[in-house]
Amino acid sequence: MNGRFMLDGQPVMFEEGQTILQAAKAAGHYIPSLCWHPDFPPHGSCKLCIVKVGGRHVSSCALQAKDGMEIESNTPEINGERRALLQMLFVEGNHFCPSCEKSGNCELQAQAYELEMTSARFNYFFPVRPVDASHPDILLDFNRCIFCELCVRASRDIDGKSIFALTNRGIHKHLVVNAESGRLGDTDFSALDRAASICPVGVILPKRVGFAVPIGERIYDEKPISLVSMEKER
Amino acid sequence: MSDKPKLRVATTSLAGCFGCHMSFLDIDEHLFELAQLVEFDRSPLTDIKHCGPCDIGLIEGGVCNAENVHVLREFRRNCKTLVAVGACAINGGLPAQRNHLDLGACLQEVYLSRDGIANPGVPDDPELPLLLDKVHPIHEVVRVDYFIPGCPPSGEAIWKFLSDLIAGRTPRLPHSMLHFD
Repeated sequence: MNGRFMLDGQPVMFEEGQTILQAAKAAGHYIPSLCWHPDFPPHGSCKLCIVKVGGRHVSSCALQAKDGMEIESNTPEINGERRALLQMLFVEGNHFCPSCEKSGNCELQAQAYELEMTSARFNYFFPVRPVDASHPDILLDFNRCIFCELCVRASRDIDGKSIFALTNRGIHKHLVVNAESGRLGDTDFSALDRAASICPVGVILPKRVGFAVPIGERIYDEKPISLVSMEKER
Repeated sequence: MSDKPKLRVATTSLAGCFGCHMSFLDIDEHLFELAQLVEFDRSPLTDIKHCGPCDIGLIEGGVCNAENVHVLREFRRNCKTLVAVGACAINGGLPAQRNHLDLGACLQEVYLSRDGIANPGVPDDPELPLLLDKVHPIHEVVRVDYFIPGCPPSGEAIWKFLSDLIAGRTPRLPHSMLHFD
């Protein structure tokens, strides 16, 4: 059954089976997200796409649209909560943008620009996460992982290799490589795998192409992610 | 000359590279405008050694040693509005990339075991401030009112921020001036 919901006071039409996020985007209304990807089922872990439906917080990537829903998304309150989520992601990892090859193409950074995050507000954890440069074509820099599981999902569901996984819980959660040695070089991972190009941040990086596009001329240097992502999915 | 009292501005570089100060000078002809509106207290531009009561304090760099902590606290005590300028003040930046290393091992590597070192020995002159075991962004040490991200923030961003603040507007950087790199 198709229907209509109200998003920030504006009517949005949807088709049966669409989530709030899908329907909103199809109608030209951007909702920030990180772990959501159009090629995969919703993951619902980053919570950046939270909206309020009837006063309750829900993940708009995971909840199916229903006729007559009253939804708040682009409000100072919800954007403030989204900013706090980003700030927590920034302090939990080591996100040093000036020395990161992904800077300007990074979705975490782009969401921080989008939501006008100027500082991480909390105290930094400065976790110790050594990099893995063992693979001939790919560098793994765990410092920047935000646990969106896109590489885990792509490697398992598309490449059929299950090379990545998250292990442990809570603050000890981290990305691991499915090899006895734990090193990417000891797996059959290829730079052509879907998982090699899906990381929204700077964890999985191809070698020997660093800074081919200069800082300042990259995707989100010029346009906010709200515009880029709407153009891409149109 | 208007008789409106000028705002007092102090600036300093803690664990930074003076790149943000260079970027500040990059506001070019706006410096003349700024000179009509503010006068400088402690700053590398004046060589005044200690900060007196100020309206605005601009801090470049993170906190990597005991002296940084003293200077930062002096600024916080004296400045009505304290601003973190640039990546290092905001998240520790490049100096903070030593945070996953043991400080002793770091000093050993640089001053003792490095190849071709003439007089090995960790510098221990009493004038040298003690290093902290980790480099911290300034908001972990004092309350910070505003943050201007960038490595460095562009002269344009610094001018937009300052002109907003001096005019009494809430400072806000548009997407084109908000960069972390």
